[in-house]
Amino acid sequence: MTTATNISDTSTSDLMVEMRGVNKWYGDFHVLRDIDLEVRRGERIVICGPSGSGKSTLIRCINHLEEHQQGDIVVGGIPLTQDVKRIEQIRRSVGMVFQHFNLFPHLTVLENCCIAPMWVQKKSRKEAEEQAMRYLERVRIAEQAKKYPGQLSGGQQQRVAIARSLCMHPDVMLFDEPTSALDPEMIKEVLDVMVELAKEGMTMLCVTHEMGFAKTVADRVIFMDQGQIIEENAPEPFFNNPQSERTQLFLSQILGH
Amino acid sequence: MIHNQTIIKERPAPSSAVGPVAWLRTNLFNGPVNTLFTLIGLYILYLLVVPTVQWAFINADWVGSTRDDCSREGACWVFINARFTQFIYGLYPRSEIWRANIVFAGFFTLIAWLAIPRLPFKRWVAVFALVGFPVIAYVLLHGGYFDLPRVSTHRWGGLMLTLLLATVGMVGALPIGIVLALGRRSNMPIVKSFCVVFIEFWRGVPLITVLFMASVMLPLFLPSEMSVDRLVRALIGLTLFQSAYMAEVIRGGLQAIPKGQEEAAAALGMTYWKRMGLIVLPQALKMMIPGIVNTFISLFKDTTLVMIIGLFDLLGIVQAALSDSRWLGFSLEGYVFAAFMFWVFCFSMSRYSQYLERKLHTGHKR
Ligand SMILES: Nc1ncnc2c1ncn2[C@@H]1O[C@H](COP(=O)(O)OP(=O)(O)OP(=O)(O)O)[C@@H](O)[C@H]1O
Ligand SMILES: [Mg+2]
Repeated sequence: MTTATNISDTSTSDLMVEMRGVNKWYGDFHVLRDIDLEVRRGERIVICGPSGSGKSTLIRCINHLEEHQQGDIVVGGIPLTQDVKRIEQIRRSVGMVFQHFNLFPHLTVLENCCIAPMWVQKKSRKEAEEQAMRYLERVRIAEQAKKYPGQLSGGQQQRVAIARSLCMHPDVMLFDEPTSALDPEMIKEVLDVMVELAKEGMTMLCVTHEMGFAKTVADRVIFMDQGQIIEENAPEPFFNNPQSERTQLFLSQILGH
Repeated sequence: MIHNQTIIKERPAPSSAVGPVAWLRTNLFNGPVNTLFTLIGLYILYLLVVPTVQWAFINADWVGSTRDDCSREGACWVFINARFTQFIYGLYPRSEIWRANIVFAGFFTLIAWLAIPRLPFKRWVAVFALVGFPVIAYVLLHGGYFDLPRVSTHRWGGLMLTLLLATVGMVGALPIGIVLALGRRSNMPIVKSFCVVFIEFWRGVPLITVLFMASVMLPLFLPSEMSVDRLVRALIGLTLFQSAYMAEVIRGGLQAIPKGQEEAAAALGMTYWKRMGLIVLPQALKMMIPGIVNTFISLFKDTTLVMIIGLFDLLGIVQAALSDSRWLGFSLEGYVFAAFMFWVFCFSMSRYSQYLERKLHTGHKR
């Protein structure tokens, strides 16, 4: 573990996500090696790294879509254990946006945004719909509320997916390559929504290769390779003065043309 | 021949290429080989259809009450007429048939109400159909309450019994099948192995054996004061048997749903049952409609096997009537009638499933 700079010097009550010595294996394959990570409330973190380095696995451990085998994860003060009730409690406060949107194709856009507030938070239909319309307006897609996901473009679908997550009022949002399945002309509309969200103070962990986004909104950029956090720094020093060779190589590959 | 061709040529060209003549040309008479096949096909059709129509309709006898009213040149539908009440209600007492009629009327009304999209209150009608109606039907058919004379189940029969077996089998097999399919995918080893063993056991045994065991062997294991009605035993055997098949059909549907769907639902904090009930199953069941209806249709026809444990379903009662000495020699009419009744129900199910598929498909195109 070579953490370039250690900028976490805050009180523990302010921590949204805390990972200590997290290890994970798929059979013999060591996907996550001794991950230590602290995310404070309101912090925006971008995670990058080569394909297969374990970025998705890392953020999916935070809401227990993947199970870690060693180490501790604490989300919003709640330690993540095997206890199903506790996992569900954590998931209610952690929003997630997937690479392939994963909208529910049998439900309309509006129903996609209402189903969890109604069935998980027990809101009335009216209340859930009003709230869903507010969030759909925020991601500028309210006029499509009655359509089915299959009738929307990729960029529109991803904005609906963001709205669907926001409807649960999450404390943290996890993004797993939210723009990498999109055509280039749609990437901006999704990034714009994410930048706005960041400006409003949402705590965000974002796996992305959109370095422009990282430069504008990230408080910290994390570089992962082979299941390890190789380097961790504020965007400006991270991009201008990368410490490790592997980071330099990676940055030259994705920025260098 | 040549004359015919010239006549066709002299006709004015059809206004569009989809006129009947153009259709015949392109589909049946395009080229000598196709023309030959078409003619052979028409000839075979002629050989089959003409005698059938003559037998079943033109030369058939419809009115009368004894076999002497039949000329014997065509079908003797008098036989079916004379026995019709029995074919529908079995040995149900004549004086009590009004009770069965109420149940029939309620049954078909409920099905129509649920099947016709325009009618309102679907949810409440469905709840009534699943909870209230079975109780009412039982009280009416079985009697013994409210001064209704008791009619024991061994007098139930005919179409009534067939529909009862099929409906209970379908309504029971679907939820049990869903639970088994979910159990088979479960991470809990005990639940999983129980479901696997259960499914594979029932799938590996012929239905006849199941019914036989239910009627002959089960009483041997149960204490003698605990006698379970023969019909109930057949119903349980049939339902469990079909639920194993249903489970496999539904498992196929569950596998076709991308993993991301359940993950997205989980990420929103939904519990296992909400993930399944709200997200995964609705999609899987829609996709599985053809398979589910297929299982229903085979169940409907499998009900005829209850004959071997002495229950007289539609086919059983027809067959019993054939050995009546007053009506010997009309087995063809009897079997044609039974086949026609089965066909009507199975064909309706098949058409309704096609309609449902189309309707649900436009609901959410991907
Ligand atoms: N279910 C699984 N079983 C076995 N190996 C897996 C499984 N899921 C992921 N892996 C492996 O774990 C490693 C890390 O996967 P992960 O998806 O976290 O990478 P990533 O950094 O997100 O890559 P990408 O940029 O391609 O999304 C990969 O080598 C992958 O092959
Ligand atoms: Mg990934």
